[in-house]
Amino acid sequence: MLDTVFIGLSIGSILLLVALGLSIVYGSMGVINMAHGELVMMGAYTTVIAQTYLGFNLFAAIPLAFIVCAGLGLLIERLVIRRLYNRLFDTLLATWGVAILLQQAIRLEFGLSFFGIHIEGLGPGLQSVTLPEIMTESFTVGEFVIQPYRTFIILVSALLAVLTWFLMYRTRIGQQVRAIMRNPDMAAACGIDVKKVNALTFAYGAGLAGVAGVMMSGFKTVMPDMGSSLVVDGFLVVVVGGVGSLVGSIVASGILGQLNGVVAFFSNDIIARAVVFAAVIAIIIWRPRGLFNYKGR
Amino acid sequence: MKLLKNLKATIAVVAFSIPFIGQASAADEIKVGVLFSLTGGLSIVEKSLSDATLMAIDEINANGGVDGKMIKPIVEDGASDPKTFNEKASKLVIRDRVVTVFGGYTSASRKAMLPVIEKRKNLLFYPTFYEGYECSKNVIYTGSVPNQQLNNYIPYLVNKLGKKKFFIVGSNYLFPKEMAKVAKKLIEANGAEWVADEYLELGHSEWGSMVKKIKDSGADVVLSNVVGDSVISFYREYFNQGISQKDIPIASTVTSEIEVAALGGKYAAGSYTSFPYFQAIDTKENHDFIKRYRAYVNDPNAVTHVTMVAAYESVYEWAKAVEKSGKTKPLDIMEAAKGVSIDGPMGVMTVSPENLHNSMTPRIAQWQEDGQGKIVDEYDVPVQPLPYSAYGETANNLFCTASGLDSSKL
Repeated sequence: MLDTVFIGLSIGSILLLVALGLSIVYGSMGVINMAHGELVMMGAYTTVIAQTYLGFNLFAAIPLAFIVCAGLGLLIERLVIRRLYNRLFDTLLATWGVAILLQQAIRLEFGLSFFGIHIEGLGPGLQSVTLPEIMTESFTVGEFVIQPYRTFIILVSALLAVLTWFLMYRTRIGQQVRAIMRNPDMAAACGIDVKKVNALTFAYGAGLAGVAGVMMSGFKTVMPDMGSSLVVDGFLVVVVGGVGSLVGSIVASGILGQLNGVVAFFSNDIIARAVVFAAVIAIIIWRPRGLFNYKGR
Repeated sequence: MKLLKNLKATIAVVAFSIPFIGQASAADEIKVGVLFSLTGGLSIVEKSLSDATLMAIDEINANGGVDGKMIKPIVEDGASDPKTFNEKASKLVIRDRVVTVFGGYTSASRKAMLPVIEKRKNLLFYPTFYEGYECSKNVIYTGSVPNQQLNNYIPYLVNKLGKKKFFIVGSNYLFPKEMAKVAKKLIEANGAEWVADEYLELGHSEWGSMVKKIKDSGADVVLSNVVGDSVISFYREYFNQGISQKDIPIASTVTSEIEVAALGGKYAAGSYTSFPYFQAIDTKENHDFIKRYRAYVNDPNAVTHVTMVAAYESVYEWAKAVEKSGKTKPLDIMEAAKGVSIDGPMGVMTVSPENLHNSMTPRIAQWQEDGQGKIVDEYDVPVQPLPYSAYGETANNLFCTASGLDSSKL
């Protein structure tokens, strides 16, 4: 039983990892970032590239992927998102376009494959990341098998959740972000530089996606399509948890992860997935704004 | 109404006779279609099939072609989408008037091309190992069918390795289910038992629960029909949950050099796969082939795998059939291909005159840390293909014969 709880916790932590960045961006800027999964994918490829060319191991790739993806996020915000504020459906389409661009950029090796140049680590193929030795050797405590890598993912997502909480509730910029979440016009009237804060928020969300990508690369296949299914899972968490609520995201990912793990244990993963979707639908009907939500906006 | 039908038929005949006038003028070349996915998710594998096919064509042309005629390949992209395969097959057959199409990787793409190929009386060479249950007279199948992968595999696992309890796991679609059907018969016939038969959706990547289930099931071997990128997360999770391949080995029917390369040899080491071809086959033909292929794709580390080699050998089989018949009409080539035998990287393959599948030599390999298979068992002689073995077909009681499928036996 403990094993099942652990698997559920692990699934939940992965959901949280993906949902965290999404939730912040959606909550503070009202932008549904369809490219979030692709930013995760970029994070994973950063790990692959860093490993191949710089000899970085997985741990060293975490800050690097954060910086790369945050930079990319900043760029996307400047070029696309900024021009589409308050146009929800347009941002939806635009970020979807960005997602496709990113996918193809990796698949076509930034266009170099047209010229017959091959960059090791990019292209349409499957890539793999080697985990450090201590992350792969599982050990048992009594009946219970401890998987170091899954435990590590749980720790990282907990750490990122705490970090995000700290940034949002204990720093000046976080206060500004929360003010913008409640009412952007009023926040602007109070002298908050909404554009700048939004740009930073988006970059932070993208950076979190990058870290998620590093984590994913350790036990999922790294390939150009890997992000598209992740973004769906991320949205489930955001929708159930309530837009912009950090606590909501944590609780929702915990619930959905455990639900998935337990149902998969008693029947199988296909039914577990169906049950998760059914639960999400039920929760949205019961509480259209999610389990936890802010008033305002 | 009948008049209209006749009229239609006449128009069709007229329309059809025009092409042959055009064909006569280009008598010094033979047009063939090469149709694999060059883009999309399946391009990872199918690009290598396309390359191998084109390489074989280049080689034959460099040696003077077939009967003095050059082979002219027309390459199309199936884009990982069955509908596109159907459209591109129509284009190749109707507009380009190719005499044969080399193509298809997934069963879905083959089924999409089939109506076009059959209706237009054309010919398809299909290179993938697949689930059987097909008896087309317009397809030469150069991949293996379940009995060729499993007939020696299950007895090996039961008798040589002493495994008695099978856990069968697969991706949720046709091929794994048909494989499981054949496997269950063989498991029971060999005096072992199967404890579970589980499926996960294609592309599933969260294997925690399933691997735990395997661990709790008491099985001592896993028969895996898991395909695609799920393979990677499956083997990794298996390793991470601390199951040793020594105690409960994964015996796969799908995992090839490609998946092992992506997965990392460490995670696959100790597991098994059954295929007619492995890169590790130690023959001169195979070593030369690997060298030529790596030079052709300009990648010194390129891996070779079973379907790719089948795609390569398809062209040679086809060329031999064309030379034998002396004609270049699709159905003449098909007729001549019956009984054609070639000796290539994977050993001797012979087209069965009855069901147009190939007899080939099953081999079992155990994966090593370096990502290569070590061949631990192989048949002495090529095994006859039985596409309906899941339904009771045996060598003495063929369901699919030269005269077609005897559906009363199903």
